[in-house]
Amino acid sequence: MKKKWKIGVLVVCGLLFLCASTAGAAGGIKQGGEMIVTYKDDISTLDPAIGYDWQNWSMIKSLFNGLMDYEAGTYNLEPDLAESVDISKDGITYTFKLRKGVKFHNGRELKADDIKYSIERAVDPATQSPGQGFFWSIKGFDDMVAGKVKELSGITVVDPTTIKFELTRPDATFLHVMAINFAFAVPREEVEKHGQDFGKNPCGTGAFKMTEWKLGQRVVFERNKDYYKEGLPRLDKVVFEVGQEPTVALLRLQRGEVDILGDGIPPARFLQVRNDPKHKDMIVEGGQLHTGYVSMNVKMKPFDNVKVRQAVNMAINKERVCKIINGRAVPANQPLPPAMPGYDKDYKGYPYDPAAAKKLLAEAGFADGFETELYANNTDPNPRIAQAIQMDLAEIGIKADIKTLAQSTVIAAGGEEDQAPMIWSGGMAWIADFPDPSNFYGPILGCGGAVKGGWNWAWYCNEELDKKAAEADAMSDPSMSDARIELWRSIFIKLMDDAPWAPIFNEQRFTMKAERLGGPDAIFVDPVHIPVHYEYVYAKDAQ
Amino acid sequence: MILRFLVKRISQAVVILVGVTVITFCLSFLMPADPVRMLAGRSATQATVESIRQQLGLDKPLPVQYAKYIARLVQGDMGRSYKQKTEVSELILSRLPATLLLLVGAIFFELFIGLPAGILAANRRGRGTDTWIMALSFAGVSMPQFVMGLILLYLFAHIIPVFPLGGYGTLMHLVLPALTLGITGGGWYSRMMRSSMVDVLQEDYIRTARAKGLSERAVILVHALRNAILPVIAMVGLDIGIFMAGAVVVESVFGWPGIGQLAWQAIQMVDIPVIMGVTLVAAIGIVLGNLLADLVMPFIDPRIYLN
Amino acid sequence: MKYYLKRLMKNKLAVFGVIVILLFSSAAVCAPWIARHPPNKQHFEGLTLEGAPLPPNKTFWLGTDLLGRSLFSRLLYGARTSLIIGIAANGAAVLIGAFLGVIAGYVKGIVGAVIMRFTDLMMAFPALLLAIALAAIFQPSLWIVAMVIALVNWVQVARVIYGQTVSLTTHEYIEAVRGIGASWPRILFVHIVPHLWPTLLVWATLGIATTVLLEAMLSFLGVGVRPPTPSWGGIIYESQSYFLDAPWLVFFPGIAIMLLSLSFNLVGDALRDVLDPTQRGRE
Repeated sequence: MKKKWKIGVLVVCGLLFLCASTAGAAGGIKQGGEMIVTYKDDISTLDPAIGYDWQNWSMIKSLFNGLMDYEAGTYNLEPDLAESVDISKDGITYTFKLRKGVKFHNGRELKADDIKYSIERAVDPATQSPGQGFFWSIKGFDDMVAGKVKELSGITVVDPTTIKFELTRPDATFLHVMAINFAFAVPREEVEKHGQDFGKNPCGTGAFKMTEWKLGQRVVFERNKDYYKEGLPRLDKVVFEVGQEPTVALLRLQRGEVDILGDGIPPARFLQVRNDPKHKDMIVEGGQLHTGYVSMNVKMKPFDNVKVRQAVNMAINKERVCKIINGRAVPANQPLPPAMPGYDKDYKGYPYDPAAAKKLLAEAGFADGFETELYANNTDPNPRIAQAIQMDLAEIGIKADIKTLAQSTVIAAGGEEDQAPMIWSGGMAWIADFPDPSNFYGPILGCGGAVKGGWNWAWYCNEELDKKAAEADAMSDPSMSDARIELWRSIFIKLMDDAPWAPIFNEQRFTMKAERLGGPDAIFVDPVHIPVHYEYVYAKDAQ
Repeated sequence: MILRFLVKRISQAVVILVGVTVITFCLSFLMPADPVRMLAGRSATQATVESIRQQLGLDKPLPVQYAKYIARLVQGDMGRSYKQKTEVSELILSRLPATLLLLVGAIFFELFIGLPAGILAANRRGRGTDTWIMALSFAGVSMPQFVMGLILLYLFAHIIPVFPLGGYGTLMHLVLPALTLGITGGGWYSRMMRSSMVDVLQEDYIRTARAKGLSERAVILVHALRNAILPVIAMVGLDIGIFMAGAVVVESVFGWPGIGQLAWQAIQMVDIPVIMGVTLVAAIGIVLGNLLADLVMPFIDPRIYLN
Repeated sequence: MKYYLKRLMKNKLAVFGVIVILLFSSAAVCAPWIARHPPNKQHFEGLTLEGAPLPPNKTFWLGTDLLGRSLFSRLLYGARTSLIIGIAANGAAVLIGAFLGVIAGYVKGIVGAVIMRFTDLMMAFPALLLAIALAAIFQPSLWIVAMVIALVNWVQVARVIYGQTVSLTTHEYIEAVRGIGASWPRILFVHIVPHLWPTLLVWATLGIATTVLLEAMLSFLGVGVRPPTPSWGGIIYESQSYFLDAPWLVFFPGIAIMLLSLSFNLVGDALRDVLDPTQRGRE
């Protein structure tokens, strides 16, 4: 009886999903219209193997595709270029069956060879791809990175529509890696034709193709008429205008000259815009996979004492910091952001309690406080936030000298064992590469990141937690995913007992869009296709 | 004679520019940040970082790297930006027009404000007008450019929205930034014009012109100005140099996409090829400006020339 | 001496300049007594409920900044930063420039040529970029900023001193003194350097006008003194994106910078007229 009930529910859900997706694709929404997005800085590159900044990340996602992708507006993985994926019982072999009839922008049909080529290109040292390290689990990775071989033995092209990956050990994040930009398919002939300028002449399988790039002025995307997803993209054209100061762009949006502020609402006008009844409907708010924190170098005295670190956690008035940035963030009490699987809703964390903090300091032997340094990056609003934190620390007797430096300098200092006792991560803060808790651990809290030049600025290395993390990442069987998330949750909570970080806030994303743009709110604050999922936006005036 | 002078100065200029590249090179590497780390990003493994370093040739000793850079430079290759992978020459060329446009606009306003003020002050020497004009000139050059820029933006783009709030594209976009530079730089021109006029007005041929019965206006605007303007031209040359040295601030306030902004971002990211490229171009600008000033000097004071 | 002072006092603009300098100096020195609030205290009541700064009102005479700190207090203490850096940086610049200029002008020959080529080189280097690069290398503090500015500013002094030294050494009377057999330190310090004092004094004053502006510019670009040390340029830097809504945060510090630089300009210019009327001046 129960079984039939379950099947019935599944069938109904399946039908509903089918209806919804087809409705979304064809029902009622016409393709057409254009949109203008403004940015201040010029786009750096549109090469999927190289592009790694928040500006080009989603642009690349609109020009290229990978084996996997995420459902619009969500964190749920779904096959993209792949039609289906089969994972072996031992979690070592992944076999992808490719969709048929997918074409590159130059007209040629996609084959399994192209996937192999694209991923090997990302791993090839000659490409200088920052994403090389993501593919560590594929067999042959180490040899290729060392330059000994020119291809990955772990990737086998079975036939033009089937591709097989062999891993060195089970990796629960592998499907996420197949969805990341660095794994996107590129056509060999175009790469070889343009060489290093491929980033300025991108050619992929994506919903849009790039038709114009005027350096310093604009980049134009036009609809790929041969796109394999029915009804997508909804717009005919997207124009990215660069060189637009955020305040100027805001004015133009309010006058109806542009449609989306790529850089977001300028902080100074935020309050005013939010309270203006005319414009507040144009703002969409969403979460980000972001946490701003103060890292404490456990290798430098006195932060080697856990009581000191806990005291710091209790000394900072996170509400006030959020107020200083006009409420564009929510206070955080753990490393993972609320939207990340593995986030613990019930965890109380360290309360704001300067008196208790002072007591802890006294217990640690610092009843009179101590002197230290707080590093921060020198772009607004980080110096202000650093000064707010400095004042809170002073209240419990910690005299922190602020060092505001260029981002690259702070990062370099964090990578040295004995330089930066405390770092405010703002402006360099961790935003997840993909929506999986393991991405928040390895490079920034794991032993592997606590090396010279690493990004684990707290130099925190807990062998036990590392072992648990490896265990969690080996649980690649989808049926174990809940247990895996639970394990990650416990890892991060346990980590907070040691308090190598003082999590401060999670920044919210605010996208301001013109009234004429339509689409569910979620795509305007898409957690993966930042800021906006260009494929799903439609123009109301084209309907 | 002029040719020999030019040749000598140009060869000096080349030596100076080489010196500039050496200093910039050393400074770039002195910066306590690793460009490779910035490029590789957060998730890169140590192996990735090392391989990128090797690809970029950053693992070789400094003199070797410098030699390679110069070798490519003489062939016209300024290298590629670490971050954007675009050719540095392309990046600079795309932004140079904006900077040059601002330069022209700035000089226009500096002369437009400074010359009449200077002539007037010279004419009313010692009187109230003179003192006021000189005081205002000083006030102008004492004003920090960014403050002037922000005030102009506030008044004429926000309170009275005549001009756009920064950005680039039309002549209207050019007015406020050029005016900012004009007001803060015009003071030097008015003072120079004034003292130059005062000197010229004491010359004999001016008295002769007056004796001939020419109108005061003709005397000043035709005869005196012709000779008094020479130091001003020299100053324009020097101005070009000063401009290239410090455009960053105004470009930042107005969101003007010039090479100053490019340099600023490059320094933040330790994008060495771009830093080298922009500094070199700016230095070339300065040297050319000084050369222009030097070419005018002999006509002002023949003694310098013969020296 | 009295003669010079009298002539200086006749110049109305110079008097104005001196008054302003004295005003700022006393503000800097007496800041703790004049300011009602500590300059670095972030007041909870200094911001609106939503975190916006307050315009000038009864509690905060010139309003508050983005962290709720009193702008008036920060302006007063900021005078210290501007004056200390301005004077120290310029002092160092004049010393370096004079030292190199005199040596180049007196010794001449290869040494002189090398030094002057070096100044040519430094002149060709875009000043602001040099300052920014130096600030990136030496993590900024009050004295580092002063040093960076000095390293950028010494060039002009060197050239002028060089020119003067050269023309002085070719004076017949120096030839005469040399003929008598005077040692070079004697010639240098007794016969040459005293003639350089007027120029040095003028530059010591005029230069401060530039160094004050440079400090403001470096702070404005975010590479100035370390927060929370108040600096006029730094206040503008922190507040610039808010200037449409909080113009007082740009206006008041901006006027302060302008007045301070202006007063040194006026005094220095007047000094130049008074001490060395042969140089291009007024009459």
